[in-house]
Amino acid sequence: MKNLIDRLKKIVGDRHVSAHPEEQYLYAMDQGTMPPARPDAVVLPGSTQEVSEIMKLANAHGVPVVPMGGGLVLSGLTRALNGGLILDMKRMNRILSVNPKSRYAVVEGGASQGMLQAHLKKHHPELKHSMPDAPPIATLAGNVCIHGSGHLSVLGGFHSDMLTGMEVVLPTGEIIRTGSCSVSPDWFARAPLPDVSGLFLGWSGTTGIVTKLGIKLFPRYRYNDILLFVAETADIMPDVISRLTAVQVAEDMTPWITPKPEWAKGFLHINIAYGAHTKRELTFKRNLLQMSVRPYIDSKTAGFLPLPPPQKGRFMNIPSPDLARFADVRKGGGFEYVGAIMAIEHFQEAYEAGLEIAERTGVSYSMGARIIGAGHAMMFFYAYAFNRADPEDMERAQKALEETNAVTLAIGGIPWKAELPAQKQILEKMHPETVALMNRIRETLDPNHIMNPGNWE
Amino acid sequence: MKHEDILHRCFRCGYCKLPSNYTDITCPAYLATRFETFSPGGRMWLLRAWLNNDLTVSDRFAEIMFSCAACGNCVEQCAFPGFKDLLLEVFNAGREALLDTGRVPPSVRDYLTCMQHHGNPYGKPGKQRNQWAADLDVPEFSNQEYLFFVDDVGGYDSRGREIARSVTGLLKQVGISFGILPPEAVSDGNDVRAMGETPLFEELAKKNIELFTRHGVNKIITLSPHSLNAIKNLYPEFGGAYMVVHYTQVLAFSMGNLPIRQKPKIGCVTFHDPCYLGRHNKDYQSCRMMLSAIPGFTIVEMDRNRQNALCCGGGGGNFFTDLLAGDTDAPARSRVREAVAAGADTLITACPQCAIMLGDATKTEGLDNRLQVKEISEFIGACLTDA
Amino acid sequence: MNTIQFDPAICAQCETVDCLMRCQYIAFTDVDEAKTEKLAINEGRGSRVLEECLTCYACQEYCPNGNNPFYLLVERQEEQGLLPAPRPIVNEQLKMMAPRGRITKETVCPPVVNMCAFPMLTGCVRGKLFENASVIVGTDIFCNIMWLHFAKNSTIRQRVPRMIDNIMDHYLKDAGIEEMICFHDECYGTYTSLAPAYGIEVPFKPVHLFDYIDRRLDDLADHITPLNVNIAYQRPCSNRLIPETDTILDRIFEKIGANRVPRSYDRDTALCCGGVPRAQQRDDLADELVEANINDMLAVGATYCVFNCPFCMATLADEVAENGLRPILVSDLVQKALGR
Repeated sequence: MKNLIDRLKKIVGDRHVSAHPEEQYLYAMDQGTMPPARPDAVVLPGSTQEVSEIMKLANAHGVPVVPMGGGLVLSGLTRALNGGLILDMKRMNRILSVNPKSRYAVVEGGASQGMLQAHLKKHHPELKHSMPDAPPIATLAGNVCIHGSGHLSVLGGFHSDMLTGMEVVLPTGEIIRTGSCSVSPDWFARAPLPDVSGLFLGWSGTTGIVTKLGIKLFPRYRYNDILLFVAETADIMPDVISRLTAVQVAEDMTPWITPKPEWAKGFLHINIAYGAHTKRELTFKRNLLQMSVRPYIDSKTAGFLPLPPPQKGRFMNIPSPDLARFADVRKGGGFEYVGAIMAIEHFQEAYEAGLEIAERTGVSYSMGARIIGAGHAMMFFYAYAFNRADPEDMERAQKALEETNAVTLAIGGIPWKAELPAQKQILEKMHPETVALMNRIRETLDPNHIMNPGNWE
Repeated sequence: MKHEDILHRCFRCGYCKLPSNYTDITCPAYLATRFETFSPGGRMWLLRAWLNNDLTVSDRFAEIMFSCAACGNCVEQCAFPGFKDLLLEVFNAGREALLDTGRVPPSVRDYLTCMQHHGNPYGKPGKQRNQWAADLDVPEFSNQEYLFFVDDVGGYDSRGREIARSVTGLLKQVGISFGILPPEAVSDGNDVRAMGETPLFEELAKKNIELFTRHGVNKIITLSPHSLNAIKNLYPEFGGAYMVVHYTQVLAFSMGNLPIRQKPKIGCVTFHDPCYLGRHNKDYQSCRMMLSAIPGFTIVEMDRNRQNALCCGGGGGNFFTDLLAGDTDAPARSRVREAVAAGADTLITACPQCAIMLGDATKTEGLDNRLQVKEISEFIGACLTDA
Repeated sequence: MNTIQFDPAICAQCETVDCLMRCQYIAFTDVDEAKTEKLAINEGRGSRVLEECLTCYACQEYCPNGNNPFYLLVERQEEQGLLPAPRPIVNEQLKMMAPRGRITKETVCPPVVNMCAFPMLTGCVRGKLFENASVIVGTDIFCNIMWLHFAKNSTIRQRVPRMIDNIMDHYLKDAGIEEMICFHDECYGTYTSLAPAYGIEVPFKPVHLFDYIDRRLDDLADHITPLNVNIAYQRPCSNRLIPETDTILDRIFEKIGANRVPRSYDRDTALCCGGVPRAQQRDDLADELVEANINDMLAVGATYCVFNCPFCMATLADEVAENGLRPILVSDLVQKALGR
């Protein structure tokens, strides 16, 4: 190992490799409930070339490599299950280019959501990208690779749908490109080529390391608004969501259900974000949204709660630190959630299952969803807070998470960025020939099984 | 360890690494190293691991704890109102606990030893403290309205002395009545406290307070924002309550009394907020008021300004211990690049430590032909002489 | 349950039916139609008025006989289950504004200023104008008049007596204080108009903010620098319950040199700010009201748009500012004249 560390230092520089117990300790875990797994060393590459050299070295020696972006998945995907190296990609954080006409940006593999947002605000105020609800240091590449979603997901789908191309270092060190940039100097789309991007999306870092990516940008509106729809029963939610998305006006729709504060308990809310270039357009869009659910309003079943401006401002703050604050609910610095990707008609089932689990396990919860596309799917989340200084409390959360994963699969949903146990549950349900194909693909890409081993096995 | 009850409440969400506008990294130690361990969240988790016996202290552990520049960005940006205000106090307590183990970086040990023996970090005799004023007509304090408190850098560093002299010139020009302490004054102790050496800080503070009392000092103007912070915010705990201001807070309202004779020979100025003037004492305006009183140049802001300012890397004693230097991502080097990117040809600051850190960084970066670093008193002073 | 003080015989003799004929939002072909509708309301039968009502409180002011037409209308709405807003909107707000039971005894000294449930406005109580004032605030002393907009007289009956007890038991009784200054029209309206009409006893003496300011300005006459500005006043719905206080406001404006410019939508023709119709899911109407109000203010050349109701201000402030007018509360305008 000493020899390997020296060779890594030659590649990335002395300061950017650590085999100290401190880094081994901290990088062994994330903020969630998965048990720690220590890497032998943490490496901070500064360029694609360096990543390639690291991979060649690791491949030659059969050393496991775990790529890491913000390290904020909460489900333990960046733990070094078999030891080896963690590649913290955040030194590679440049915004390389922005194409304002074709509306895409090309960034390095460790570029953060926050820095792209800031870059666009300053240099291209007419453009924005879809921010996830993760803290701003979360990386674009990491979020795309886990099929993340965010504040423009009704408009543009999963963040992986917004991907226009990638530069990837394979487990064997070759540098490849996917999408239009593999043929053209421009990074405009993944079509019309055979799409190999999928080899790296959703694989939890088991197939390669993304060193550059292109992502779609969208118009930034001058006027922005949010509507808050409130209902008392979950049975109407699929139809309400279907109606609201049918008018194709919202950029983002996020149902939320929380027992705290007390007044919110028992109500189902949907935040609907939309924007416009003029006030007239904004009013027109608001009217479309309101008209779409008119039958519910006329029957007094549900409606829109007027929001005072400060509250509206808080809802429109992207990203919102309020979400991270959920970790302090138990004054214990922890929460984890199951993000269940599923069909929208299962909303009520999903909601009731969440309530049942929360009640039975006694865990502090919050539930909600993000609508993906024009009502094409949703990411229904069950977030459980815990006190990391209290092992019993952590166990309670872990149990709730496990049960929620099982329920999700039973309903017909699929846990997102699944923890190791959930990956196994998914694989058990997956069509066997599909599993076999996944294994053949990995065998081809990663013959020595060095990429984030333990995952999807 | 004090405050250990909140260590586990940190979620490591990472808001502390960035400014509120997310333009670039603002945690100095995280910027310089890019290891999670060097971020505020990393420190919280490592301290907890140490107390839980999951880790033992090591040189690396000490380096991580002492490389914090105490700049306060984490306090400003932390997402958790329940404990954010205590973050720097937690890190102080961690360093205090580390000092008890004896495991500290050599440069920290040397710094504290010098302070212990000489009352200053330069290891020089106390009687040299006022040499900067030897050929100036600056009286020893006796019944003047203000005491002018000059920190260690102003007293002993050659560049710092230039700054002390230039501030003296301006205070005289606007007619402030002031005197300086006799040489038995000691360090303000601000950075000693930031290193967790609380007993030594108390000793230094009490020495100065005794001296202030003996001379009947009520109002104090400080050269350095570090002194401002110590005397204004920390001395009252030991019975030393004074009206304390940074010199820029006096000059900001006296600019009309200065005869501006020539326009500066520059085009574009940007201002670097010193952490102990800005985030620690919430004054982002005095220096900008001073600059706006001078005609003939434009002022631009860097992306990281005011509450979002990037520390020069010298805070928390790092000016002396140098734990953040060396690489292209050293905070001071990042900062001068940012100034150039903002289009400035002059980078102005209001702290001797910042001025020296940033001045050195322009040379390391090879930017000294494109960017001059000035302490604000020097910049104003140059506009007062005839062309 | 206490019934609303109301005498059908008075209505039977009424020739003008001002309560409905003067309504700015519902049109009647003639006075006979209005009479028919009013009779239907009085007798507890169905009426389109119960469904179309904007709940602007104006009929309460228009009735020349003080026969509480609006309070009765709300009673009928609730009896007939005619919610002006969707159920979850009413129910969630009922929980949001419910008393928390977190009130504790505090020592207060006069003047005691009741800021109702709006802690964000306590900064308004400052300076010489409110010298030595004690501020009381929170959902445990919320006046609860807002439920008039949501057909919830039952909530008013249930909560208002409890709020009154809270005010007495936690603040006024021990200090031996009898007077309480109501910062908002809502509270003063609750305690001087609604409470007697609903048979709720009020053991303290409510003093309207205007009355307090008017008296203070006499004490502070030397400190007043006349503003010499034209202002447009946005009279809130709850002032309809206590129209006598509007003349005090005129005196205040005069003392501070603020010229309350006559406009189409002030005094007894004041137009709703648009806030409540949004809760009633009538945004189109709300937009029209906002536009009409602002055009009216602009047409008369006002510099400030002055509010006394925080809800009106929240609803209109951004639009007002975008149109070049300065939104401000009455008390802050007075502070300005006092150099604060």
